Amino acid sequence: MNFLQRLRGESHSAATAKNRLQFVLVHDRADLAPGKLEALKNDLIEVLSRHIEIDPRMVQISLTRDRNQQRLVADIPLASARARRRPLN
Amino acid sequence: MPAKVVTITSGKGGVGKTTATANIGVALAAEGARVVCLDADIGLRNLDVVMGLENRIVYDLVDVVEGRCKLRQAMIKDKRLPELHLIPAAQTRDKTALSPKDMVRLADELRPEFDWILVDSPAGIERGFRNAIAPADIVLIVTNPEVSAVRDADRIIGLVEAEEKGPPKLVLNRIKPEMVRRGDMLATADVLEVLAIELIGVVPEDDSILVASNHGAPAALDGKSRAGRAFRDIARRLNGEIVPFEDAESGDGLFGRLARLVRSGGQA
Repeated sequence: MNFLQRLRGESHSAATAKNRLQFVLVHDRADLAPGKLEALKNDLIEVLSRHIEIDPRMVQISLTRDRNQQRLVADIPLASARARRRPLN
Repeated sequence: MPAKVVTITSGKGGVGKTTATANIGVALAAEGARVVCLDADIGLRNLDVVMGLENRIVYDLVDVVEGRCKLRQAMIKDKRLPELHLIPAAQTRDKTALSPKDMVRLADELRPEFDWILVDSPAGIERGFRNAIAPADIVLIVTNPEVSAVRDADRIIGLVEAEEKGPPKLVLNRIKPEMVRRGDMLATADVLEVLAIELIGVVPEDDSILVASNHGAPAALDGKSRAGRAFRDIARRLNGEIVPFEDAESGDGLFGRLARLVRSGGQA
């Protein structure tokens, strides 16, 4: 919001409405409530941790939608990445 | 040509389904089409009062289905437009008094005698909604530029498509150009982007709608009503006419009028 808009008492809540709508619809359409996504994330971290070393705090999981395709996107940085960069000898 | 069945639905209540049904019916009949409006909101009858035909009801939809009267006997002829008819809902029954099959049979009986059968759906996603969309050839979804109404519209679009009645078309009702301009109301483009369906009408918020319902004379009968004009445009689009969308959001305030005047070279 710029100075002029603030001066005119504009609040631009429509943009907020649109963002909230897009968030809620992506969850509605996948029939996956935001709280369930969090539970899924925790399960995922648990399973992955059995096989590889990850940093649970850095894991990001979200639902996205492009045109007709719903997507579950997970970003899971490996904790061992730094270790690998160590010189071999 | 047998009638097309157009079901007007929304998910959320209070967004203007009944108003839209009455006005589109009036607009189609005013162009000379044979129209019957069917109130499928059993137990919450309202299309009769919006159309101003409430004191002429003898029989209703459930009476027809249960064989207490002939279809013709339940049909009320609108005296203002000779080709406009209403079959009212039952007021003292509930949605279980009808089945989707009943609605299909009823519509099939009406088809040869009309050009358009408009079905006013109840709110919700249960039996009443399923009854209303069962005979539909075209489904219109009414929504308002408001988060909860658009969310429900999205849910209904999914259900309509699952019933293979889609893709439905969108009526965006109660737009306030002033609020859209200052960024405090979802614009038509926003709603279309989110819902990804075809638009068939944008109706501005208009006091004349309440006045019309006070009188029981739909705004589409009133040449001066802006909302009435928007509903007449929807009727023309249903008829296959290409009607450009009025740029409601650039508005009718002084600046909007000036801007239009400038753009049209003084022909506003």
